[in-house]
Amino acid sequence: MPKAKVTFADVGVTLTVPAGTRLIEVSEKVGAGITYGCREGECGTCLTKVISGGENLAAPSVLEDQVLKDSFAPRGHRLACQAQVLGGDIVVKPV
Amino acid sequence: MAMPEPIIARRRNEPMGSNTNRAIEIAPGVHWVGAFDPDLRSFDLILRTANGTSYNAYAVRGEQGVAVIDTVKENFAGDFFARLESVCDYAEITTVVVNHLEPDHSGALPELLRRAPQAQVCLSIRAPLMLKALLRAADTLPRGFKTVTTGDRVDLGGRTLGFLHTPYLHWPDTQCTYLGELGILFSGDVFGCHFCDTRLFNDKVGDFRFSFEYYYAHIMRPFRTHVARALDLIEPLDLSIVAPAHGPVLRHGPRDYIKRYRELATPRLTNEAGGEKTLLVFYLSAYGNTRRMAEAVRTGAETLTGVRVSLYDLEGVEPASFVDLIEEADGFALGSPTINGDGVKPVWDLLSSLTAIDIAGKLGAAFGSYGWSGEAVEMIEHRLRGLKFRVPIAGLKVKLTPTSSELKQCQVFGRQLADALITPASQRFNAD
Repeated sequence: MPKAKVTFADVGVTLTVPAGTRLIEVSEKVGAGITYGCREGECGTCLTKVISGGENLAAPSVLEDQVLKDSFAPRGHRLACQAQVLGGDIVVKPV
Repeated sequence: MAMPEPIIARRRNEPMGSNTNRAIEIAPGVHWVGAFDPDLRSFDLILRTANGTSYNAYAVRGEQGVAVIDTVKENFAGDFFARLESVCDYAEITTVVVNHLEPDHSGALPELLRRAPQAQVCLSIRAPLMLKALLRAADTLPRGFKTVTTGDRVDLGGRTLGFLHTPYLHWPDTQCTYLGELGILFSGDVFGCHFCDTRLFNDKVGDFRFSFEYYYAHIMRPFRTHVARALDLIEPLDLSIVAPAHGPVLRHGPRDYIKRYRELATPRLTNEAGGEKTLLVFYLSAYGNTRRMAEAVRTGAETLTGVRVSLYDLEGVEPASFVDLIEEADGFALGSPTINGDGVKPVWDLLSSLTAIDIAGKLGAAFGSYGWSGEAVEMIEHRLRGLKFRVPIAGLKVKLTPTSSELKQCQVFGRQLADALITPASQRFNAD
């Protein structure tokens, strides 16, 4: 199974996870500072800055895209509860 | 810096604490334009106040325009606008800063934007989603707003507003605004308190220390980590005044209040465990069965080095004491019997007290003896997950009296919990 290497810059933790894993699943377990709420892509609480490797995340769904637009989120931001890793290296931090 | 006396005069027959609709100058060209609410006794359903509160809003005059920082609760909008009109015309307002969108600070925002439609609204990068939800009923989305973060500035002409991104104090959108030329920090709810006194300044009002501490405990304590990060931004600033969104304006010894926040945001209990992880095991037991399970969980957890385990009978102490313990611990296991298909009340009392502290990412677990069907363990686990505890080890339940074999299972359960605590964060994903 393809793997991705995810780094949570705020706590300096890097780990390797299977492709398809959502960022929130990992951040919750490693104690990163990404605060979350609904986990269903609606509340926008888990807005996260993708420092690098954004191309290694699956494209936003229509729902996530709408919440990002409503949030006026700058480029390079994703919802951690929706963004799934595809492979490669990804570095993120809380907003 | 010499501080002006508060300019506020009571009208004839006007009770102490009522509004006078006059702005109060807090520094040259900077006025308090908020509202006093002396009769409030309950705030946000979670706080009580013996002294009401104030909704502090401010107007900052520069050579090229006026900035309004925050507004007031909607039903106090009349006082706010009267005070604002005493120091500026609406046409002069170039900037509206929203440090926090909760309705007690944004209640007059829709009407302000109707009166000053040219103003650019500056708000945190976490705020637009909330702004849209708040203003959709009023149908007054601002014509122009921009999101700001640490390092961004707005030039009013001789007066510059800088922004500090300080999320989760106590909403995602919260931020602070710093007027560098005068050393004034408009801090939003940070350093605030519910204490209404028309003398306004901390060196003039009554003793509000209790309210300050109480406010921190109920509003800021759940976000202790975020408080610490915000203090990292605030402490290096030159400060002559801290102007919060509630309670007295802190012009006398403002740094004392910042220091106090740092103390409050620092772990309270002397942690004698040093580098060890701490696991708390709580139990309730009617006939000693869940207690025996708890003791076995402790025994099992203690077989791993690097974990300090403590055992407590939940029946013995009020939940507040255990809340303090849990705030400092790395994990806790909760043992409850099942009575009438539910966990027992002290368990829920404890769990319902935990929103007052920062528990995100701590380890949680449940276990217990039962007589009929044993629903309590799953119910507690569900609640723990809802509170955002990690629950990596499935709960353990035993029908009535635990056998020696089942007590060994309890020891294994305790060892698994300890192992989950000492597993490095980078290895947890696969381990869990």
